[in-house]
Amino acid sequence: MNEQVRTPRSPDEVGVPDPFQYMHPVMKANYGNWDWHDRPRPGVLRHVSKSGDVIYTVRAGTQRQMDVFTIRKLCDIGDEFADGHVRFTTRSNIEYLVADEAKVAPLIETLESNGFPVGGTGASVSMVSHTQGWLHCDIPGTDASGVVKGLMDMLHKEYVQEKMPNRLRITTSCCQINCGGQGDIAINVQYTKPPKINHDLVANVCERPAVVARCPVAAIRPAMVNGKPSLEVDEKKCICCGACYPPCPPMQINSAESTKIAIWVGGKHSSARSKPTFHKLAVANLPNNAPHWPEVKEVVGRIVAAYKKDAKHWERMGEWIDRIGWKRFFEMTDLAFTKHHLDTWTGSRKSMNSSAHVHF
Amino acid sequence: MKDDTEGRKVHATPHLDELEGGPWPSFVTGLKRLRDEGAPNNQKIMNDLLGQLNHSYENRLGYWKGGTVSVFGYGGGIIPRFSEVADKFPESKEFHTLRVQPPAGYHYTTDILRQMCDIWERHGSGLIAFHGQSGDIMFQGCTTENTQKAFDELNEIGFDLGGAGPALRTSTSCVGHARCEQSCYDEVRAHRTIINGLLDEMHRPALPYKFKFKFSGCANDCVNAIHRSDFAVIGTWRDDIKINQEKVKEHIKEKGRKYTIDTVVSMCPTRAISLNDDDTIEIDNKSCVRCMHCINVMTKALSPGDDKGVSIMIGGKRSLKIGDLMGIMVKPFMKLDTDEDFEKLNEFAQSVVEFFADNALEHERLGETIDRIGLPAFLEALEIDPDPNMVNHPRTSSYVRTDDFDEEAAKYFERKAAEKAAQ
Repeated sequence: MNEQVRTPRSPDEVGVPDPFQYMHPVMKANYGNWDWHDRPRPGVLRHVSKSGDVIYTVRAGTQRQMDVFTIRKLCDIGDEFADGHVRFTTRSNIEYLVADEAKVAPLIETLESNGFPVGGTGASVSMVSHTQGWLHCDIPGTDASGVVKGLMDMLHKEYVQEKMPNRLRITTSCCQINCGGQGDIAINVQYTKPPKINHDLVANVCERPAVVARCPVAAIRPAMVNGKPSLEVDEKKCICCGACYPPCPPMQINSAESTKIAIWVGGKHSSARSKPTFHKLAVANLPNNAPHWPEVKEVVGRIVAAYKKDAKHWERMGEWIDRIGWKRFFEMTDLAFTKHHLDTWTGSRKSMNSSAHVHF
Repeated sequence: MKDDTEGRKVHATPHLDELEGGPWPSFVTGLKRLRDEGAPNNQKIMNDLLGQLNHSYENRLGYWKGGTVSVFGYGGGIIPRFSEVADKFPESKEFHTLRVQPPAGYHYTTDILRQMCDIWERHGSGLIAFHGQSGDIMFQGCTTENTQKAFDELNEIGFDLGGAGPALRTSTSCVGHARCEQSCYDEVRAHRTIINGLLDEMHRPALPYKFKFKFSGCANDCVNAIHRSDFAVIGTWRDDIKINQEKVKEHIKEKGRKYTIDTVVSMCPTRAISLNDDDTIEIDNKSCVRCMHCINVMTKALSPGDDKGVSIMIGGKRSLKIGDLMGIMVKPFMKLDTDEDFEKLNEFAQSVVEFFADNALEHERLGETIDRIGLPAFLEALEIDPDPNMVNHPRTSSYVRTDDFDEEAAKYFERKAAEKAAQ
């Protein structure tokens, strides 16, 4: 071996990069000194500093999973019509920072003519926060980008205008771990069958005690199957959550038929008005019907329409339902209320109605 | 395989083709552009990647498995993906993701974005996601061999890998001080101070499970800290809301009195606002809970007070394993102005991570540890005094031993006296 051993490069552990080197100079100069803001039109924010400086933000939707051509196009637009400074929102919208008001209109026009919708501000439906799905995840029950593309095509109008009662935040998740997070509407995979175990592989692939420990309902136990050490599932106890699948891929939780979609409503992070809430089950067992997920879109459309029609200005989805009651929610959305809507998990008693308050 | 117009063999993607119409930007169109016009290595990867993704759409199943891939010096930060259908789609058989920490507040110049594109075009697939759910820039689609090269070049331009596995995870902070008048602390400084002080826990995973920090400048919580982080830092203030009564009058003139009553006065969660006959407002600041609602509605007339700081909430997470947990208030207020204030926050953050490392079981999140051992044990270990702001209401169960109640009460009154003396 005459080949010289290459010395590997040691990483420079820089951690979180300093953002000031990338920040728009007006924002840098007025850091911590802002006075007020308003929204001259949907998709545009105007922030005014105590110094009198003004910065405009133009927000546009992206597909999140972006090819270098799309990113370079967004950069070209930023160089030509903005000041070369951008940022992204939590929901993968791109924001252009512009000091000169005269640049705002041509920037919007250029973004729109290049297929990037301008909006996502105020009482709109912003971009769906989502996960990786079939494109990259190792345990997905569905795709993420595809569902989101379909939903945002349907809700495009509500992205570019501010005509909802308050902001409407939608999330999608490709398994019950729910990486997409809480939302006014959450569209999440819901498994419906216990895992199918490939007993030939378990002993070699899975750390069996860790898998046993992972089960939230203690339904998994070690077993010898066909003379091989494996695991077995008490299917009467199994809640089909899929928690065993990531640490033990031979316990396949997904299948084309049994992987379903559930829709949840009323999650909220903000502490504005009401305290933050978790989303609640609206409907389960919708088919995982790629590439358009029509059944999912139809139900989401119905929920969005009912909220838009009936909620008061500034009420979030969960606050609206709190006011009108779940009975009316299920009536207005024409969804069924079943025994599966009654919580059975730890602490569930607190979700029951322990009062004489009844809606008619 | 089908022939495209130039006679090149590309996989048919009938399912994905369906996702190219409509007004929203299409990720499929982007993937195809990389396949057709990308750098030669991007073209090859993307053709098979599109083939595999279409295969997933057809069979409604995912085909990636994990593995172990890392860069020199680090244990985490790369998400390895090996294809289970590599025989059909060999060029994308290794499709790893580099999780890269974004600048605090997600600020970029077009110049730095172009540099990232160039690096990823050379060594990866040309596909980048801004951003993943933990906040990372996700450079998606790299071979095992190129992982080190891509990281080295990204590292050279000032970027570092994020967290994966049982480790400190990449953090996010809202735009905050950089552009928002509602921001109550220097989010960039808090974010960078805490995370950059704990990088060893991120780069060399050795914690019981993941640990997440998130930084929001106010109770609007734009980075979803309460649900989604073990340690949420949320801005607040102690003194009165600032009111510009002239702007209040203008708001009422523009929007109407009824609208203002319906959307501001009636929606205050603690009924702390009343409208005067001359169209000015009165706020009972002792009842106000700093929820931000009235400030959100009247952005020109109302703003947070001057005596700002942060609240700390601990233990938020999603379903695995005991069910959803919301962060709970453990520090209602910490001042965050001076170097000493930041050092105090940093020390507290480090001691919480240390507590987690020492006490959590494997694959247990901090909120679950606290549920298992009880909040008093956690507070005692972290030397945090009980405070009424920690609870919705005091306990309702009588099943507790209270023989040291008088001593605890004496401590409470001592603390109150000390606080009063300090003011």
